[in-house]
Amino acid sequence: MNKLFMKGLKHGLPIGLGYLSVSFAFGTQCTDSGLTILQALLISMTNLTSAGQLAGLQVMVSQAALASGLIEMALTQFIINLRYALMGLSLTQKLGPTMNTPRRMLFSFANTDEIFAVAASQPEKLHHHYLYGLMVMPYIGWSLGTLLGAAAGAILPAFITGALGIAIYGMFIAIVIPPARKEKAIAIVALIAIAISVAFRYIPGLNAVSGGFVVIICAVVAATVGALLFPMKDAPADGTEVAA
Amino acid sequence: MTLTWPTYFLYLAVMAGVTYLIRMLPLTVFRREIKSVFIKSFLHYVPYAVLAAMTIPGVLESTGDIRTAAAGLVVAVVMAWRGHGLLTVAIAACCGVAAAQGLLLLI
Repeated sequence: MNKLFMKGLKHGLPIGLGYLSVSFAFGTQCTDSGLTILQALLISMTNLTSAGQLAGLQVMVSQAALASGLIEMALTQFIINLRYALMGLSLTQKLGPTMNTPRRMLFSFANTDEIFAVAASQPEKLHHHYLYGLMVMPYIGWSLGTLLGAAAGAILPAFITGALGIAIYGMFIAIVIPPARKEKAIAIVALIAIAISVAFRYIPGLNAVSGGFVVIICAVVAATVGALLFPMKDAPADGTEVAA
Repeated sequence: MTLTWPTYFLYLAVMAGVTYLIRMLPLTVFRREIKSVFIKSFLHYVPYAVLAAMTIPGVLESTGDIRTAAAGLVVAVVMAWRGHGLLTVAIAACCGVAAAQGLLLLI
């Protein structure tokens, strides 16, 4: 097997493990809400996003009139998933020359928060073999977890789902800490983002804002402060240079 | 109540279609290399801001018990600080949670 593909596959494994437990919960919720197992599975296989699917499920089972329900669905998905547009734009600056239009169209389906973050934090320009490898385990984890959760919500003990639930965050931490130790600017940007995210979680009123929006607000505010205070010196095209 | 298949497919098409277009259009259409130092720096910081915001405080609710989650978090931070890779840190965090779960059963 191709070396870059294998590297992507390996990088995708912790994402897949994390997705397994998150989508397990989603699958359980689907069947609890009256969807069939196949309906639950197809949502995950065609959407590959957590917050958007949860909101989408609520719209589906809301028993709204079909026309207004469909409009609500489109608006909800647009707002919750708008952060992917920002991430996609950011990632365009990292794509290598092999990423032509059909390959971009294929990969973009799987550009989740986690896959984006791993891809964007690679030091080199991205090759399609690496990105294809990176997509595999998360897609399997997300689909399989949904299927298992929908089919057998109560079979997997909480002991195991609890331990798996942290896998994805362990990976996030492993992505942020090493560059934050090297670049003071990244550490400060991360701390600002954390402060805003904590405020939106715990301050009454603010905690009504949807998760997708909170991510956008944190990203835009923290990255703007970072860009104003620590503009990158002679930043090359691949954006890997150490900040000022 | 059960959702009929035709209604379900209409909802699914809208849901998946909107999600895909939001992901696909910027990534596929935008080809230029950004020259502005501000925008470049901004985009350079975005992934770290996204990850930090998603991790804290979300991680504390990831295991169903804030104590086991805190144990996993500490293990992950220490392992990442020492420079271990993504998979190693993720597995170590899971083991940290499992160990804390075991410990809580004992006391």
